[in-house]
Amino acid sequence: MLEIKNLQARVEGKQILRGVDLTVNAGEVHAIMGPNGTGKSTLAQVLAGRDTYEVEGEVLYRGKDLLEMDPEDRAREGVFMAFQYPVEIPGVSSSYFLKTALNAIRKHRGEEELDAMEFLTLAKEKLRLLDMDEVFLKRSVNEGFSGGEKKRNDIFQMAVLDPKLCILDETDSGLDIDALKVVAAGVNKMRSPDRAIVVITHYQRLLEYITPDVVHVLYGGKIARTGGADLALELEAKGYAWLEQGGAKGAASYAS
Amino acid sequence: MAKKNEPEFMLNWRLRAYRHWLKMTEPHWAHLKVAPVDYQAISYYSAPKSKKDGPKSLDDIDPEIRATYDKLGIPLVEQMALAGIAVDAVFDSVSVATTFKEKLNELGIVFCSFSEAVQEHPELVEKYLGSVVPYTDNFYATLNSAVFSDGSFCYIPKGVRCPMELSTYFRINAANTGQFERTLIVADEGSYVSYLEGCTAPMRDENQLHAAVVELVALPGATIKYSTVQNWYPGDAEGRGGIYNFVTKRGKAFENAKLSWTQVETGSAITWKYPSCILFGDNSVGEFYSVALTSNHQQADTGTKMIHIGKNTKSTIVSKGISAIKGQNSYRGQVLINKGAEGARNYSQCDSMLLGSECGAHTFPYIDVHNPTAVVEHEATTSKIGEDQIFYCQQRGISAEDAVSMIVNGFCKEVFRELPMEFAVEAQKLLGISLEGSVG
Ligand SMILES: Nc1ncnc2c1ncn2[C@@H]1O[C@H](COP(=O)(O)OP(=O)(O)O)[C@@H](O)[C@H]1O
Ligand SMILES: [Mg+2]
Repeated sequence: MLEIKNLQARVEGKQILRGVDLTVNAGEVHAIMGPNGTGKSTLAQVLAGRDTYEVEGEVLYRGKDLLEMDPEDRAREGVFMAFQYPVEIPGVSSSYFLKTALNAIRKHRGEEELDAMEFLTLAKEKLRLLDMDEVFLKRSVNEGFSGGEKKRNDIFQMAVLDPKLCILDETDSGLDIDALKVVAAGVNKMRSPDRAIVVITHYQRLLEYITPDVVHVLYGGKIARTGGADLALELEAKGYAWLEQGGAKGAASYAS
Repeated sequence: MAKKNEPEFMLNWRLRAYRHWLKMTEPHWAHLKVAPVDYQAISYYSAPKSKKDGPKSLDDIDPEIRATYDKLGIPLVEQMALAGIAVDAVFDSVSVATTFKEKLNELGIVFCSFSEAVQEHPELVEKYLGSVVPYTDNFYATLNSAVFSDGSFCYIPKGVRCPMELSTYFRINAANTGQFERTLIVADEGSYVSYLEGCTAPMRDENQLHAAVVELVALPGATIKYSTVQNWYPGDAEGRGGIYNFVTKRGKAFENAKLSWTQVETGSAITWKYPSCILFGDNSVGEFYSVALTSNHQQADTGTKMIHIGKNTKSTIVSKGISAIKGQNSYRGQVLINKGAEGARNYSQCDSMLLGSECGAHTFPYIDVHNPTAVVEHEATTSKIGEDQIFYCQQRGISAEDAVSMIVNGFCKEVFRELPMEFAVEAQKLLGISLEGSVG
């Protein structure tokens, strides 16, 4: 599904990613952990096509050169990123926004566009999945939403758009425990053999509800360590500082 | 000038205006760069356009304009009419217009061309013409008063609610109204009318200067809603050949009457207009909702004047300015609270959005309060369209161009929702088209 080789990213002359290697197969859930400011969001944004970064390296997505594609084409090809900070778009209703997005994607796939009624039926079904009220559809995109509502709204969009590769950037931050459970249940429902999910977090809390197949630690601009679900627990117990003391040695030796 | 066989009062009025105009000089205070206009070269009575000099077929039309017609989904015959091509085909709309007129007649509503009104309803014209915009008003209005060729007249009798939006059915017929248009709308006591002006198609027109006058009279308890969507030719990407639009629009509201202006401006090389409300009667209400978009080398200087004279008069101003590429957008609004306007209230909100780094937005609020019980609130914001907003849309599969149009439409929502439904849809499409090419 996703094959990243020696990915580097720079912004304003500052190097953030220093050669990331990562392979994610369909059907898998990967977690990427790491302390604040280590470049997790940068990695997600680069994969989604944000043009603020100078990028080098190679990323193959379902056999195609991802870095060559415009952001909207990546989305239409099935790459979805839930934002660490979802953006507000005043005056644009959520339903209009999401219907436009969905139909752009469907058109790209050669599928029939949905009309207002069909869209509403689908949207309502997904709202129920995330325990969200229908008024969300009428409200402007993220405008005046609480932090937690924004995160939940992004996952709702993900459920509607039905992507192939889901990248969730710190979706747990800002969610209280009940909301976290609902969102995690929504994500778990989307686990499927032909979909890959990458969960970015710096706490292990979310991983109690979404059990990853593989855990990576992004540290110093690289994948410093890769392991199974228990790596998250180990990190929680020992802290990231533990990686400084030679903990990084086992990097990339884990084949998934 | 008496060429139209007009009654004497009309001729005298024109002559007085003309003599006055000779003594006036062009205004220069607006925040605009204007190339001098050669008034000798203007043909004042050009009204029916010579079909000979016009384009012979659609192939003669600027391809960019044609592309816009197509995107707006304007039928071919209408395209030809808009472009000033002689069309022999009989329009469906002619029969629609006839049934429409019959219905209005039953209610006693008068809706006709200005020249027809001068002949058929001279008493109404004489009573109200110039009662809101006197011929001495300003350079362009005075010029208009002297030479206006035609326009629209509308009268709604006491207590009548006009059952349809006026002028939607006349899109084609209204297309050739010429450069010195005069509109007079009189809503008698307790009546209601919603009037639509303009059309979303870019009009080809060799007239460089447009100086229209619109007068609204809302008698006690009446409501007039006046909506404009204006998309005159703005000139090419270098700013050549566009239309200069200097319009005087003003309404007068008597007791408990309401005036509401809504405008969406995307065209013209230069726009200079301030639809205004004289809140003359107690408890009268004035509203102004505006979207002005300037792109390439366009300049717009628009705004409103709310003049509070009566007690407990209320006014609301919502202005949205969008500047793209090298466009310059100025909001100029005056709120005047007279001494006697006990309990008057005004709320103004002026938001500007910038797309790009070479465009500009300027806000000039003039607030003048002569009564201590008045409450005046003014809010202004300027924002750059956010890269992060565009990226968010793209990440969901929406193209950058559609994203910009969506974000800008969202920004203008408070104004669009004041427009009649079908007009709002057209206005949104129009905004999207006007913004094309403004993102890299
Ligand atoms: N657009 C940007 N401009 C300047 N610095 C940036 C930008 N994006 C990220 N950075 C910097 O890169 C580093 C990594 O940021 P980020 O990817 O957000 O980390 P994380 O998500 O792991 O907390 C930080 O030092 C951050 O300040
Ligand atoms: Mg982050």
